[in-house]
Amino acid sequence: MIKSSSSPKSHSSQLQSRQYNFAYFDEGSKKEIRRAILKAIAIPGYQVPFASREMPIARGWGTGGLQITLSLLGKADIVKVIDQGADDSVNAVSIKALINKTSLVQITESTAEASLIQSRHRIPELPLREDQIMILQVPTPEPLRWYEASEFKTKRLHAESDYTGAWLMLFEDIMKYGKVAGGADHPVLVKGRYVMAPSPIPKYDNPKMNQSSALILLGAGREKKIYAVPPYTKVKSLDFDDYPFEPENFDDKNCCKCGRSSVFMDELNDGIGPVRWQCNDTGSCREAQGV
Amino acid sequence: MAYVAVKGGKQAIDASQEFLLSKRLKSGVLLDVQQVRAGLRVLIDQVMAEASMYDEQLAALAIKQAEGSPEEAVFLLRAYRSTLQRKYESEVVDTGKMRVERRISAAFKDIPGGQILGASPDYTHRLLDFDLFNEKQAEPSQARSLPDDSMPLKEDQSGHLGFDQLPKVVEYLRDQGLLARFENNDTAPSDVTKKNLEFPSNRSQRLQIMARGQTGAVTSLGYASLRGYGAVHPTVAELRVGDVPVYVAGPPPMDGDAIDEQGSYYIGEFRATEVESLVPVNKIEADGKQSLSFELGYGLSYGQNETKTIAMSLLDQCLEHPNEKFATHDEEFVLLHIDSVESSGFISHLKLPHYVTFQSKLVAVRASRQQESPSNAQKKTGPGAP
Repeated sequence: MIKSSSSPKSHSSQLQSRQYNFAYFDEGSKKEIRRAILKAIAIPGYQVPFASREMPIARGWGTGGLQITLSLLGKADIVKVIDQGADDSVNAVSIKALINKTSLVQITESTAEASLIQSRHRIPELPLREDQIMILQVPTPEPLRWYEASEFKTKRLHAESDYTGAWLMLFEDIMKYGKVAGGADHPVLVKGRYVMAPSPIPKYDNPKMNQSSALILLGAGREKKIYAVPPYTKVKSLDFDDYPFEPENFDDKNCCKCGRSSVFMDELNDGIGPVRWQCNDTGSCREAQGV
Repeated sequence: MAYVAVKGGKQAIDASQEFLLSKRLKSGVLLDVQQVRAGLRVLIDQVMAEASMYDEQLAALAIKQAEGSPEEAVFLLRAYRSTLQRKYESEVVDTGKMRVERRISAAFKDIPGGQILGASPDYTHRLLDFDLFNEKQAEPSQARSLPDDSMPLKEDQSGHLGFDQLPKVVEYLRDQGLLARFENNDTAPSDVTKKNLEFPSNRSQRLQIMARGQTGAVTSLGYASLRGYGAVHPTVAELRVGDVPVYVAGPPPMDGDAIDEQGSYYIGEFRATEVESLVPVNKIEADGKQSLSFELGYGLSYGQNETKTIAMSLLDQCLEHPNEKFATHDEEFVLLHIDSVESSGFISHLKLPHYVTFQSKLVAVRASRQQESPSNAQKKTGPGAP
């Protein structure tokens, strides 16, 4: 189990954190965001507009997820942040540093240890528990956006449960390529009502949303939307009877580090040796290696 | 491996941050915040407007820290703004009470109170002034006394109007019935920073978003509307730059507080640019006859930001008249794409790793290639995962 507790803080960073509130926001802002979260939980899959704040990290770099994390953060929380599966990727490091600097809460790389897990584009391999909250960063919360550019119109389509566009996008893929050719962000139907963008997690991760033990919150900072999949909610990836949903498959690959197969892998090509495969979830890979 | 090296990312980031710091410091010449404030007035105005935060000192600090990048400086201020509690709402600001420093009309040659050129590069030749290489600290005698404090505020002996009571140029057209007179709409504006914009939007939301819009973006779209991708042909009735006082309705006064008749407090003033553009429109009367009249396009922004504010007044008119033929008349197109923090943020997120999404796409592309017929092989894929 790898734990990076907060390092001794330098004088200047102590000063800096003193000028900011606990978990960055003023309490009024946190309350407002939590209210949007509660509404999102009450209407699974529905995109709740919220007054998204500007954050010290760029819009489009996870500010939606970060605002959810900061508004939920308590002193006893243990936070894990991953970016495209990696604990140590630039943006994950930067987000963790900000959370730690403004709250001094404990940061972890262990999925099992974390109470709040903020992630960009992956759900960890280790099954989540009821006492954990999964927070996904979302670039484009609107699953119908490629079909209809206007927000005014997509809102109406959701209200009327008119999801022709979502089906049409899949159908056109089948006509053109003989299969559903989309990659990540494959649309899902939540509790039989709202079609939802699961954020650009690979299709491999979609089934983890179905009947998840953990609460899943999704935050889009730039697009100013929060939505949720409450625990034990039915989440179905859109598909057709004769073209069933097909997640990415890594059954014939083995991780070059831990040797596992069938987990989501990165393709590594250093231009010298043969192409290697490696677990994308760096935390679970290290645990499998026993490091 | 690249920048998501399984371990070592943190050290690389620390090193990058140090490198960035050294870029600012390595010349050995330190830029003082006061120098930024004194010498980069126009940049400060631009940054304050886009940040929608009026604080020259903090804007100067942000510009120093950002090494002069407006998008970074705006970003810093907006992020800081998120941590501040908003305690008061000001009373309605009356730009008619603006202490005008510059005021021009393109519609009329002579206007009550006169054309006041004020400070503007409009009338200079854009020739590099090589003498500035050797400029010494200005001697006090060189600096002309500025209108701010020395000018009379009320009507002076010669009968000239005070600089804080110049009538609006458009009042003349209103008096003549060429511009409709409306009742004041005193509905409280919806604060776009507290409530997410929903469509169709109202005018207060549109004006707020344009006032804090990125200068170049607002200018470009305004230009597009003027050049042909829009149906608005305006004349600037009045552009004014000056300081407007701000009042808040306050709690009971403490001793010595300045308080006016209505029980509101003067808390300071801010510099603003205001533009009122006249746009001819075809009106259909009740009896079915058509008549020409004018409508007003409105622009307002912090500081002296003239081009942007004029462009804003054009876009305001465009958005008042939705027109499917032109993107500049589409409120979602205009309002959702002109924010500096949003556009720069999302564009720059393309620099983040996309290994998972790309891998996912790669798997799909390979699979579709394996089974597709040779005739289909050249077809391209759909839109990429964000």
